[in-house]
Amino acid sequence: MSVSIAQLAQALRERKISATDLTRQAIDAAQQCADLNALITLDDTGALAAAERADRALAKNVGSTLVGIPFVHKDIFCTKGIRTTCASRMLADFVPPYDASVVEQLAGVQAVSIGKANMDEFAMGSSNENSFFGAVKNPWDAARVPGGSSGGSAALVAAGIVPFATGTDTGGSIRQPAAFCGITGLKPTYGRVSRFGMIAYASSLDCGGVLARSAEDCAHVLTAMAGHDARDATSTNAPVDDYVSALTKPLAGLRIGVAREYLGAGIDAGIGAVVQAALKQYEKLGATLVDISLPNAALAIPAYYVIAPAEASSNLARYDGVRYGHRCTDPTSLEDLYTRTRAEGFGAEVQRRILVGTYALSAGYYDAYYLRAQRVRRLIASDFTDAFKTVDVIAGPTTPTVAFKLGEKSADPLAMYAADVNTVAVNLAGLPAISLPAGFSEGLPVGLQLIAPAFAEARLLNAAHQFQLATDWHARMPEGVA
Amino acid sequence: MSTYGAWQPVIGLEIHAQLSTTSKLFSGASTAYGAEPNTHTGLVDIALPGTLPVPNRAALDKAIRFGLAVGARIAPHSVFARKNYFYPDLPKGYQISQYELPVVAEGSLSVRLDDGRTIEVAIERAHLEEDAGKSLHEEFHGATGIDLNRAGTPLLEIVSKPVLYSAAEAVAYMRTVHTLVRWLGVCDGNMQEGSFRCDANVSVRPATSDKLGTRTEIKNVNSFRFVEKAIEYEIERQIRALENGEPIVQETRLYDPARHQTRPMRSKEDANDYRYFPDPDLPPLAVGADDIAAVQATMPELPEARRTRYVDALGLPEIDAAQLCADRATADYFEAVFAALPGEAKLAANWTLGEVSAALNDATLPIEQSRVAAPALAQLLARVREGVISGKIAKDVFAAMWAGEGDADAVIEQRGLKQISDSGALAAAIDAVLAEYPTQLADFRSGNEKLLQFFVGQVMKRTRGQANPQQLNTLLREKLKA
Repeated sequence: MSVSIAQLAQALRERKISATDLTRQAIDAAQQCADLNALITLDDTGALAAAERADRALAKNVGSTLVGIPFVHKDIFCTKGIRTTCASRMLADFVPPYDASVVEQLAGVQAVSIGKANMDEFAMGSSNENSFFGAVKNPWDAARVPGGSSGGSAALVAAGIVPFATGTDTGGSIRQPAAFCGITGLKPTYGRVSRFGMIAYASSLDCGGVLARSAEDCAHVLTAMAGHDARDATSTNAPVDDYVSALTKPLAGLRIGVAREYLGAGIDAGIGAVVQAALKQYEKLGATLVDISLPNAALAIPAYYVIAPAEASSNLARYDGVRYGHRCTDPTSLEDLYTRTRAEGFGAEVQRRILVGTYALSAGYYDAYYLRAQRVRRLIASDFTDAFKTVDVIAGPTTPTVAFKLGEKSADPLAMYAADVNTVAVNLAGLPAISLPAGFSEGLPVGLQLIAPAFAEARLLNAAHQFQLATDWHARMPEGVA
Repeated sequence: MSTYGAWQPVIGLEIHAQLSTTSKLFSGASTAYGAEPNTHTGLVDIALPGTLPVPNRAALDKAIRFGLAVGARIAPHSVFARKNYFYPDLPKGYQISQYELPVVAEGSLSVRLDDGRTIEVAIERAHLEEDAGKSLHEEFHGATGIDLNRAGTPLLEIVSKPVLYSAAEAVAYMRTVHTLVRWLGVCDGNMQEGSFRCDANVSVRPATSDKLGTRTEIKNVNSFRFVEKAIEYEIERQIRALENGEPIVQETRLYDPARHQTRPMRSKEDANDYRYFPDPDLPPLAVGADDIAAVQATMPELPEARRTRYVDALGLPEIDAAQLCADRATADYFEAVFAALPGEAKLAANWTLGEVSAALNDATLPIEQSRVAAPALAQLLARVREGVISGKIAKDVFAAMWAGEGDADAVIEQRGLKQISDSGALAAAIDAVLAEYPTQLADFRSGNEKLLQFFVGQVMKRTRGQANPQQLNTLLREKLKA
């Protein structure tokens, strides 16, 4: 299904295919690709009912581009009446009584959700191996990870099962799996997409976004997801740009900053070569390359792995076995209820981050860890502010390596954390960024990351779309899938 | 202060005033008291995954109102922080409060003591926070029930500096705050329902020292009398310990009203490390000059100012002024009576504090629901001033008005209570009395002037109390001398 959302929308409008047929195809494809383990919950009944409604809307010729387009939600977005697990034993049977704002928005434009995508537990991970429901496989190589935490979303899009999927990005969780799976992933500006109903990992970093085949497809989906939400106090009421119209703007004069720090040591040679070739392509499109420096880039990982766990340690305190979620059997005391419920309900990585975060916030350590990390965060943000005085976007590899093997890094948390080296700074600064397929290394996809100033999503999508008009990396599909 | 011999107690109070908003601090759920358990609980209040707090501006306005009333600094940016601890009635596993940057800081309040002194009590801060739910230990056979109706109710925690030096000072301060918050309409002050409660920090030091001693904290006392008793007990307990050479343990103590004593609840060693940090779900709360001006524009004249005005401008005795200003509704009632009866402040005050107050007490009604409204009382008092009825008759008329027999004029008319001011009619009545008591008349004329009252009484009896007393006096004197 390497056709664009716009093409699908046109086919639907011209009655060449119905939303019900498209949805059935997606459900069938998902079932055929069950080995990927990319879905936690398949909601075929709900999907077919929604598809029927979409067909009725299409018959009346009403609605936007997304009417009748099947997709998948990352299982971090609360869906009314459909279990929402966050890939955790803690929420394995949790059925929310309400829809997340993003879920409402996509239902509102009558896109058809076929189910809930696998992910790293509570979005903590870079390989999708930290799921209570098992690891997701990379459609390009079943022995490799799809990236994380939105690994299920990325695998489903890469395998052509759905044209797009929602995701969340706290330190790279949309961009890194998009890069590993050869698709396009957009992390918007913090506050651009409502967090209401998106289960919190690290509130000041969590950001809802989209994974799709192309920048153009991302533009259509972001149009539905962006906007102010009174139920999220960190949501912004900055005006929403016309992302689709902005796609066609020529790139002549675009200044692309190439950050030394993103192409230095630790980046695989194959990745570096792909990125250099992509930059040349951009020059051909009329862009100019500017050598820049982000001097505090190396501090991003340590700052992130203090701030994110600190917030997580507090955000995850509500999972106490009292009101919903997993509860240990026959607690003998309140303390027993808490300790056994949480020891049983949370996986190892989640427990590790809760412990790290609790430590970082403790009396006597707060200043040395949490406060210092917040100061570093401001330095990192001001690096970007300075850079954007002379450039329009910043380019670099999304990841230092291609998709690694399942199990390769799971015993070494620090090696795993290093996979986020080029993505976490963007979250710390709250900026928008996109990862787009730029070529292959070792036969596996390589992602190019573009970063823009706050609320310049239209610029990112434009720059990525123009690249995709000139190249076909985004249209490549793994063999042996749908 | 000599009551404590060589020791000086030092007390600081933390008063929790529940802000009288219709909805909770961070959700739209109702704050009404007394509902069935867990019926005033929305998604946010039970801390469902994915839910987010949204600040209630009405609570903020009430906090600002209090801040302005105590001459405090209103922070242009105050910060909500998370206070992390596990407890079953704390759904999120943290309480949203304010820690480093409270909305109100550095105010003060004049407090009049029973001994006639006035002290200025420094208020360190007042911050917004949400209340927890309730744990119900009865009727669950060894289990604990949780009622989350109260969870998320807005509180203003008003923290005094440790500048109170006796239980009497502490209670006088607490009463002044209680009057003020009700006066401002920010809290209903209902202590039975827990809308106004207090923690007291108590320490004792040698009277010659200016270093604070080790303090204990008495938790959650909800009546003025208990606060006084608890502090009194705690002061004496600490003095006894110090005199016996025992150290004071920094701990939290509970007051047992049945035994009038405090007992340890938890010591500093088992105190929680609350791991405060700024809540990443809530941007700093911005208060602009226009927000402050809007609140300022609706500020009533404050109790202290009004009390001073009653004494200085209206010439009321201190005691009357203090009683009238004990609550705003009483003061407003008095003002309304006085407004319709210029120049008769003392008369209006006497009636407000006398007849009206007594009748309200008997009927257990608040003054807002007085059966004789202020304008009706003013009409009655106007008839007294005009000499239509005497003060004594006015009391009967008031009783009739209270019983619903109509306004003053109607009652006077119906009951024929109009004073006899017609000198012809009065003269006739006097003549009749003098004729009836010739012996007494002779006695009077031979020098027994005490008999004047006898004749007044007889004429009053004859006129059924309706004789205008002043006119009667003049006329009677003339006739007696003749």
